[in-house]
Amino acid sequence: MKKTDILEKFPPRMENVLLILHDLQNNSRMNYLSEKDLCLVAKHLNTTLSSIYGVASYYSMFSLTPRGKHIIRMCRSPVCHCAGVNDVFNELTRILKLDVGATTPDRLFTLETTACLGQCDLAPAMTIDDVVYGKLTAASIATIIAQYRKKSASQGD
Amino acid sequence: MITEYNIALRNVGKINPASIQDYMDRGGYEALKKALQTPSEKVVHDITQSGLRGRGGAGFSTGLKKKYTSQASCVLLECMRYIVCNADEGEPGTFKDRIIMEGDPHLLIEGMVIAAYAVGAERGYIYIRGEYHQSITMIRNALAHAHAHGFLGNSILGSGFSLDIEIKLGAGSYLCGEELTLLESLEGKRGYPRIKPPFPAESGLFGKPTLINNVETLSHIPAIVINGARWYRQLGTETSPGTKIFTISGDVNNPGYTEVEMGASLRDLIYRAAGGMKDGKPFKAALLGGAAGTFVPESLLGVSMDFDALKEKGAVLGSGAVIVMSNDQSILTMLDSILRFFEHESCGKCVPCRVGTRQLVDLMEKLNGADDKRPDHIDALVYQSELMAKTALCPLGQSPVLAIHSAVRYFRDELETTQISQSRCR
Repeated sequence: MKKTDILEKFPPRMENVLLILHDLQNNSRMNYLSEKDLCLVAKHLNTTLSSIYGVASYYSMFSLTPRGKHIIRMCRSPVCHCAGVNDVFNELTRILKLDVGATTPDRLFTLETTACLGQCDLAPAMTIDDVVYGKLTAASIATIIAQYRKKSASQGD
Repeated sequence: MITEYNIALRNVGKINPASIQDYMDRGGYEALKKALQTPSEKVVHDITQSGLRGRGGAGFSTGLKKKYTSQASCVLLECMRYIVCNADEGEPGTFKDRIIMEGDPHLLIEGMVIAAYAVGAERGYIYIRGEYHQSITMIRNALAHAHAHGFLGNSILGSGFSLDIEIKLGAGSYLCGEELTLLESLEGKRGYPRIKPPFPAESGLFGKPTLINNVETLSHIPAIVINGARWYRQLGTETSPGTKIFTISGDVNNPGYTEVEMGASLRDLIYRAAGGMKDGKPFKAALLGGAAGTFVPESLLGVSMDFDALKEKGAVLGSGAVIVMSNDQSILTMLDSILRFFEHESCGKCVPCRVGTRQLVDLMEKLNGADDKRPDHIDALVYQSELMAKTALCPLGQSPVLAIHSAVRYFRDELETTQISQSRCR
């Protein structure tokens, strides 16, 4: 979808800014909001770039730097902490060779941590894009990552 | 013995949540029809009489909120009022609103339309956290169907009352679950809290009178309209009538959710509803109400789970989160995790919280670096968090004191002698 088409879907009122930013980011190949995106939004909403930047930089779901194709969000809430998320997390950083916030060289994954995902009955939990994965173990996390890599290889990404 | 009593969860798992017909087959939207034939003041009166209290955590009287919103004087000729549903569920250990939105989205919508009618609101917003993809999908679908059936839109069911409801999405800010901050975010701003008063009932969204209720609270309204306030009052306790969804997680055999009458004992929730302690390990503590909550020890297992009984014991019901910790878990590590969470989520608008949450984390590090000053560091934690409770602008900065007080009160020995378990998740 073209960026201008996304903007046109929303009446030019400031109250729509989060919906617009979500839509632009979801349609971005690299899962982020560029400076150009923010300029377009500012123009559409007839406001300044700084006020749009202020909003976009406040909310943790928005990224102002390019990210990978899949966003991994590992829950770091107290519940997942108790359920042993540290072991899973360490295994994940080992497999991906990533620190928090970084992207794999093949641009397949970006690793993020998040506050409670509301999946506490499945702790420890994470999401990859829209999909929830729960009751994670060091073994299951390896399988999940392998599946994504396999799928990506077969699609020739 | 503990038995489930389902009001907010009455259809969850029993209907196809994507089907409005399934919902209507189980009596759905009958309460709306009844309400629309009743004067709006009577609806407000009934909800006030039912004693329903907000299920988001604060426990304020829902009826009074409605009364204040409906009575708010409008200076302008066009008397716009808003209704907002707080579906920005982010309190750690809480997922009750997600279960309702994913399993019975029409119940929320019906409750919201009735509440809007009661206060005379013409526009509504459901503010859902951006991470709740499934909830967003289900609510979006349900809104479209409700519209097609005439339960939303112009002159609903020919009553002359009109309401439109829109979905708005959060974007990863815990603080936006606080009602005034949520309104800021709805207006398209950074999620900074407002000073109150004025309360939303007087000056809320876009400065207009606004009723803002939690998902679970609104989901109780259809049943109250159908069965009456007296019926509702028979459930639960004298001062906390009705039912409550508890989300039980941590070291139990069957983590999950259950809706029971207010006043069930913590012991029954853990040992009956959640199948007991995982692998039979001894119970050490439960964290009630999430990160903005309190630790309770074994001696309080018999406590009645309602707003006032818990308050009397220095604990909180909060959102209904029950995080169970066995002897394997460390209070110090849990407290550290909670304080890091607050540090991360502090918005930075007011100094006591911006600086205070950071200092609490630093104090935890000092406390952990074993030395003979540990009792002093613990006293400093208490002092610092009390200061924040008195001076911070919003509930976020006022909350760390809850966990710190309760941890120190019941587990001081452990705080003085143990270490934070290693390899923490940054």
